[in-house]
Amino acid sequence: MAEVHIQNLNKKFDEVHAVKDVNLGIRDKEFVVLVGPSGCGKTTTLRMVAGLESITSGRILIDDKVINDLPPMDRDIAMVFQNYALYPHMSVYDNMAFGLKMRKFDRADIARRVQEAAEILGIHELLKRKPRQLSGGQRQRVALGRAIVRHPQVFLFDEPLSNLDAKLRVQMRVELKKLHDRLGTTAIYVTHDQVEAMTLGDRVVVMKDGFVQQVGEPLELYNEPANRFVAGFLGSPSMNFATVKVSQENGSIWAANAGMQIKAPPQCANRLSRYIGQEVTLGIRPEDLHVASPTDAPDLGFDVVVEVVEKLGSEILLDVAVGSDTMVASVEPHIRANIHDQMRLALNPERLHFFDNSSEMAI
Amino acid sequence: MVEGALWRRWIFFYIPLTAFVVSLLFPFYWMIITTVRPDGELYRPWNAPNYSPFWTTNPTLSHIRDLLTETLFSTWMLNTMIISIAATLISLFCGLLAGYALSRLKFPFAGSLGTAIFITYLVPQTLLFIPLADIIRNFRLGDSPWALILTYPTFLIPFVTWLMMGYFKSVPKELEECARIDGATRWKAMVYIIFPIAVPGILSAGIFAFTLSWNEFLYALVFLSSPAQKTVPVGVTSELIRGDVFYWGELMAGALLGSIPVAFVYSFFVEHYVASLTGSVKG
Repeated sequence: MAEVHIQNLNKKFDEVHAVKDVNLGIRDKEFVVLVGPSGCGKTTTLRMVAGLESITSGRILIDDKVINDLPPMDRDIAMVFQNYALYPHMSVYDNMAFGLKMRKFDRADIARRVQEAAEILGIHELLKRKPRQLSGGQRQRVALGRAIVRHPQVFLFDEPLSNLDAKLRVQMRVELKKLHDRLGTTAIYVTHDQVEAMTLGDRVVVMKDGFVQQVGEPLELYNEPANRFVAGFLGSPSMNFATVKVSQENGSIWAANAGMQIKAPPQCANRLSRYIGQEVTLGIRPEDLHVASPTDAPDLGFDVVVEVVEKLGSEILLDVAVGSDTMVASVEPHIRANIHDQMRLALNPERLHFFDNSSEMAI
Repeated sequence: MVEGALWRRWIFFYIPLTAFVVSLLFPFYWMIITTVRPDGELYRPWNAPNYSPFWTTNPTLSHIRDLLTETLFSTWMLNTMIISIAATLISLFCGLLAGYALSRLKFPFAGSLGTAIFITYLVPQTLLFIPLADIIRNFRLGDSPWALILTYPTFLIPFVTWLMMGYFKSVPKELEECARIDGATRWKAMVYIIFPIAVPGILSAGIFAFTLSWNEFLYALVFLSSPAQKTVPVGVTSELIRGDVFYWGELMAGALLGSIPVAFVYSFFVEHYVASLTGSVKG
């Protein structure tokens, strides 16, 4: 049972204001992922929870107890580092037992707990080895094992999968998810990889320049991004953006630029009406574009020229020119398209996003 | 290893390597051959076979026997050993803690303090021995081993501190952070995690400090005066050169025996020593 509350958290390093007024409530047993580009303050936030960085202002509570001034050892947390941080001079067993020895567990209890953790992670055959005799994936497991033997209140993960190759990363991602379901320990996970964030997190916190941009469940962030940064950060390939001018004609709201003229669907029209005569940013995800068919409404389509065709097997990515903009469309694999082809694309009106050009907030 | 044709390997590898090895080992050979050459050949080279100074047909151990029985050489060895070990231990202890603090702890002026310590290392001994002599006299430590045990750290501690600072910086910070989250205090993290990992660095700092103390000449010459207190380098040169008379056989025997402990220490720890100079910590 452990809730983590972060209140008005700030961190300044000399000149740099790394974390700005972060507020976050993490529920018991929840897996929360902090995600953002490098330098966004996510790791600094995690390190403040761990007690490895001092807090400039604000409070961090674990189960209603302020832990601002507690040393790391008294916070009852465990952390897995990006480079695993295995003690190179100790065997796997001693690596896993170190935390228990420091906490003066008796010998039999230590042996039982290490065995138990080793069974869970499938590393009981490696217990006598030294870290340098292990592969990357095995080291990762030992680092996880070292964290779980103590049964801490909170797990902290600092980009634990980023040193693994792509295939192993996917595999370990699944195992981490299973491990969390099995142990049910509250976890805070930092990554710059949006796929990891979306797949692992019960909730995802997107950060940029020290500020929290949006907090929510993965699909909530994906479908209803609060601002242009979140919209562009989540999703691969990322969302297409185009600057359009809002106008009113014949009782309808239109969004247009040199390459397209779209009639705003009714659910957007109301919100866009405040922007008549102004420019806004239109956002559409690649999978919400498709090759236009006769059944598509003519005012939701636009003409494009194909510039690049990327055949991925399950889908085809078309890089297309729309007026002076370029966009990416994810289309079905049976579509035949060649470079320099002209074609007409249509967009899914339910999935249109509009962002204010100055504040970048969603409209 | 040079790749390619045989002549390339000879020109670029074997011949330079041989020249290097020969030029490095020749002084030792000269030491040995002079030690075992009888006085008759040493001072009257026409007695040597073919006038050759490079070998002898009548080797003798009399110089070594004279050195051990006629002089205080064994006392000098013991003095040097005690002084070198004590000075090395003191310097390692202080240098380890200082190096750790300067490389890991964040405190005001940490950087400039590190530089200041380095600068003290750069002050030549030939300048420092004058004020140090005054201090030694005021504390009435002259002509005792303490004079050297306490003054050698003045140049050994900066040296060890700098060597260890560099080594500690190569140990990933996360290891210590992880230990502290695992429940270790900073002190325990240092003792259980950082120091064991830094063993190659500590060993090479120790070897360097020991060698520097063992070979030190100036302070030993200035601060010690009675023959029974002297160290090997000073004892051998002051007692075996009388005016313009050089006791070459005994001098070389002293040099030979005096270099054995250092050679022994080096060969014993050579792997750790090379590892700390060439590689860093692998996680």
